[in-house]
Amino acid sequence: MRLTCPYCGSRDHQEFTYRGDATAVRPALNNTSIDDHNAYIFDRSNPDGVHQELWNHTSGCRTHLVVERNTVTHEVLSCKPVGPFARKLK
Amino acid sequence: MRYSAFAILKNALRGNRDWTPAWRKPEPRSNYDVIIIGGGGHGLSTAFYLASVHGITNVAVIEKGYLGSGNVGRNTTIVRSNYRLSANSAFYEKSMDLWRELSQTLNYNVMFSPRGVLNLAHTPGQMDTHAERGNQMRLMGVRSELLDRDQVARLNPGLDVSGSARFPVHGGLLQPDAGNARHDAVAWGYARAADQLGVDILENTEVVGFLKEGDKIVGVETMRHGERGEIRARKTGVAVAGNTGRVMKMAGVDKLPIESTVLQAFVSESVKPIIPTVTTFGAGHLYVSQSDKGGLVFGGNIDYYNSYAQRGNLPVWEEVTSELIAMFPNFARLRLLRSWGGIMDMSMDGSPIITTGPLPGMYLNAGWCYGGFKATPASGWCFAHTIANDKPHAFNEAFTLDRFKQGNPIDELGAGPTPWYH
Repeated sequence: MRLTCPYCGSRDHQEFTYRGDATAVRPALNNTSIDDHNAYIFDRSNPDGVHQELWNHTSGCRTHLVVERNTVTHEVLSCKPVGPFARKLK
Repeated sequence: MRYSAFAILKNALRGNRDWTPAWRKPEPRSNYDVIIIGGGGHGLSTAFYLASVHGITNVAVIEKGYLGSGNVGRNTTIVRSNYRLSANSAFYEKSMDLWRELSQTLNYNVMFSPRGVLNLAHTPGQMDTHAERGNQMRLMGVRSELLDRDQVARLNPGLDVSGSARFPVHGGLLQPDAGNARHDAVAWGYARAADQLGVDILENTEVVGFLKEGDKIVGVETMRHGERGEIRARKTGVAVAGNTGRVMKMAGVDKLPIESTVLQAFVSESVKPIIPTVTTFGAGHLYVSQSDKGGLVFGGNIDYYNSYAQRGNLPVWEEVTSELIAMFPNFARLRLLRSWGGIMDMSMDGSPIITTGPLPGMYLNAGWCYGGFKATPASGWCFAHTIANDKPHAFNEAFTLDRFKQGNPIDELGAGPTPWYH
């Protein structure tokens, strides 16, 4: 499996660190609902098909990426940077 | 037909014409007391204990493929109970108790072989954690022995215990009562024993939906030989391992504390007996044992990303085989016979779920990560109790679905809610 890092090009997935489901979003700091925090930390949709997931290019540019990948075929559909570096990409 | 040495002799004298199939191939009835989705080890053992312990024989086990085609036929066959946390320890030791008698219970030779499971230690610090775990095991009544380097060398002559090894061996923790069993025989044995008690095992029957009355599950929609059907039941148990996400979505449960990943396993060409125990590498993650045919059966970590593909990637091959050779340098020239992948239902704390719910009329058995085989007897025993009594047994009362929200995860490794690290 290879991921196309927007900065480094096509690289083996071993260079990346898997960070899990990208659709799980941390609740706002002033959100005190236990259910919301529980859902963020523990509940996953675990789809068979297209999965949005976070990878970090640990052995490369260290950018966090949102990767769209099919969990049944391992086909990688897109790799997009997230976080502060995302803005610098033309 | 009861299996025995006498039966073999009698049938041999009659030209082996009288053997009958080990289980029937019944047509599904429209109604059962209990449906178990998933004809793997856990589903079949659940059906067997429902019939034998609780007297509930009007049971159907629904299997989408042929019997033994899932993870029960894909694992590395290790049976052990060397756990640290008391909830795990008590549960897996119950499983060991059932394993010891299983061939007699089922009248089927499951080839349970308590040859010992040896966890190597490569640093003094690791010896300390092994000593701690060994003591925890002893407190729970599980035998354990802390071995020094020379004892390890005597037990496992092929192992590189020299000071020049990449990760020199300091010692190890041995669970002498642990070992292996024949995985296919476990599926076949439970199937045959359950079938003899009246359980219908419906192979090549896929669940494609659930029948609901309001929120309550009242049965399943099936696809069998290209035809849709309905089977109703008062109680529906789900024991589908890596497919938990898929099946639960059909019931309308979109999110669970589970992610599916792929675990690869490997077997080498056959050689003469060389590894007497199940042996695990302490400086990485590798477990190896020798099958009765002589092949070395081994595996390591999961491929750490979400996956429903029953195949993995090559970096795991490299990692696993290099660890094997670091332990046993003389295996470097062995050829791999086969490798394969199976889908693991990795839970958020690395421990299983055996519970009532999450919907009325439904029961869930999931989250086995990559340790489900050794749990097969106790999993079925506890799940049958939970289904029959609508409440868990003491052995599985900690394995709930809401333990995460309650703040009571059973995190054996202390890795946190990261399924790919368990």
